[in-house]
Amino acid sequence: MNSNNFSARILAHIMSWEGFLFTVLAVLIVVNASASPFFLTVSNQINLFQLSIEKVIVALVMTLVIINGEIDLSVASIMGLAACAFGFLFQSGVPAGGAVVLALLLGGVCGAFNAFWIAWVGIPSLVVTLATLIGFRGFARVLVEDRGITDFPEWFDTLGQQAILGPIPLSMLIFFVLIVVCYIVLQRSTFGRKLYFIGSNRDVAEYSGVDVRRIKGLVFVASGFISALAGVLFAARVGAVRGDVALGFELDIITIVLLGGVSIFGGSGSMTGTVLSILIVLNLRNGMALSNFTGHLQTGALGILLILSVMVPNIREAVARLWKSFRATPT
Amino acid sequence: MLDKLVNRLGTNFVRITVLFLVLVGIILFFSSQIDNYLNARLFNRISISVAIIALIAVGQAMVVLTRNIDLSLGSIVGCVAYFLGGILAAHPGIPPLLVPVIAMLIGACFGAINGYLVAYLKLPAIIVTLATLAIFRSVLVESSDGTSITTASLPEWLIEFARQNAFVIGDFRVRWIVVIALLVALIAHIYLTRFRAGRQFFAVGSNPDAAEFAGINVRRIVMQAFLVSGALAGLAGFIYLARFGNITVVAGLGLELKSVGAVVVGGVNIFGGSGSIIGVLLGATLIDLLDTSLVRWALVSEFWRDAVLGMLILLAVAMDTFMSRKLLMRRNKMSDAELDRSTATTAVQSTRLVADNQAKTP
Repeated sequence: MNSNNFSARILAHIMSWEGFLFTVLAVLIVVNASASPFFLTVSNQINLFQLSIEKVIVALVMTLVIINGEIDLSVASIMGLAACAFGFLFQSGVPAGGAVVLALLLGGVCGAFNAFWIAWVGIPSLVVTLATLIGFRGFARVLVEDRGITDFPEWFDTLGQQAILGPIPLSMLIFFVLIVVCYIVLQRSTFGRKLYFIGSNRDVAEYSGVDVRRIKGLVFVASGFISALAGVLFAARVGAVRGDVALGFELDIITIVLLGGVSIFGGSGSMTGTVLSILIVLNLRNGMALSNFTGHLQTGALGILLILSVMVPNIREAVARLWKSFRATPT
Repeated sequence: MLDKLVNRLGTNFVRITVLFLVLVGIILFFSSQIDNYLNARLFNRISISVAIIALIAVGQAMVVLTRNIDLSLGSIVGCVAYFLGGILAAHPGIPPLLVPVIAMLIGACFGAINGYLVAYLKLPAIIVTLATLAIFRSVLVESSDGTSITTASLPEWLIEFARQNAFVIGDFRVRWIVVIALLVALIAHIYLTRFRAGRQFFAVGSNPDAAEFAGINVRRIVMQAFLVSGALAGLAGFIYLARFGNITVVAGLGLELKSVGAVVVGGVNIFGGSGSIIGVLLGATLIDLLDTSLVRWALVSEFWRDAVLGMLILLAVAMDTFMSRKLLMRRNKMSDAELDRSTATTAVQSTRLVADNQAKTP
């Protein structure tokens, strides 16, 4: 093999977005590990996941939604609504197990509601989910008003946190299983290829015989269902339900996905990128928390990160142009 | 029949008439449900709260007209109210006429950040302003250090100003705040309908490529829209401070969603290019009326407000989509089946056009 060609391929790998994310992640881990001797312990790593497990679960499905060329701003409100519906049902005497199932179903219904307006009526997802961001949160508040609901059965309070596979708790196991499922769906199935196809050019996909409505509908129902699952897990972890459960989580979730290299206009991105980006954001938050930065400063930092991540194509282009002009100048 | 009527009167006129009828319908409905509902006090109460939301909604409308969106407005209002309160507490001697100007300048600075990122770096507005919504709020929380502005630290004239009436007709008291908001709306209306520079907002929103080819400086228009919406949010922040006096770090939270609601319900197309300030004023009034009336309605708890607001926005957009589809059908004289496919794709095409545009333009 031509050695020049080989080094170019290595360079291309490093220059790819996943390569860049991997480098950032490695640096973050080294910095964090050298700052605190407890960072690399198993319990800290699990703890680091547990603190935002609900967000990262939703981020996996959000990847599918955005690659499909849509956006779902209502995920945090569905999380809140599912948690509140669970609390409401439980308080009205429904056994906790049944309440969980109903809350998950409600999430699916919310997703189907979004899907109806987006895929069948043809209103842009940005507008629909902005309206349901307000609406679903409103229904959550209708259910619990300004009360806080607690005193759930003991098995529910530990749901998701009890270690079931070695030290790994249930919610993390769900996360790992979901990674595998999403990876297979997105990168190893015809459904996934159709997702990319629709995301990069909806019309061509439609004329090529892809059932665009069905696929868009399925993605939004999945998004609603998984958000509800995340909402219930959140309620279980916190042990209480209030009207503002998961308020504003959509910002973190969308940031994670975009930082992972998924294009906001759809059609490109990968599960690997999202998973790497999840690890980066978790480590960054953990590192900032260890250095005593407050939650609000972390949110601000995430906002800046979000802007930077959509600037990536611009930056990449600028670098490429610089590189070209550098190569072009005779030495 | 209906089509002919719409054709003769123009869609905009029909839209505003429908909105007005809905507004009247809501007032009649609530006056049958709530005792002592329809009187001068209703006007006095509603007009003050509409004034703040209307100012923000007018700014939001300018941005939406250019095919963008500003989700950071609530945080800008909060920041301006808080920082202005701090400035006035430290320098109570600032001439009163200068204070709203300072407020608008602070607001415009925030707007400039959004505008630069969207217009010049070509980043999608929804993402940029979602991020600055969080960034501006965290700037406010961090710089406040947990303290809040209190009425006691503000100069006397400011609190007085919020209560002063411009004129009184019978029981109807029209405050200065309301007059300011109406003036701003009037200026915006005249600017958008009668001035060349104002018409360019519509051109940019309905087709950015064509606008560019027609020699319009698209970047400058988008930048202007964000500057205006920032400055108006600043003015709203000034009124917010004068009206409430006590400002905590959560001031203005959620106003951005209400303003988007007012704009969309008011008939401004969320993909830019069409809409009117009169519609926006009616939309703002409608949302605020529902908000305040639901609190007083005994049958339903006040917690229904957001649920109703969300569904209202969805309904308004659905109606808008339906109407523009009808319009397209009439223009192209196409069969129903054909239309169904093509409207679905035009919506996507237009979004994609913006997307391509933002991606391609260096």
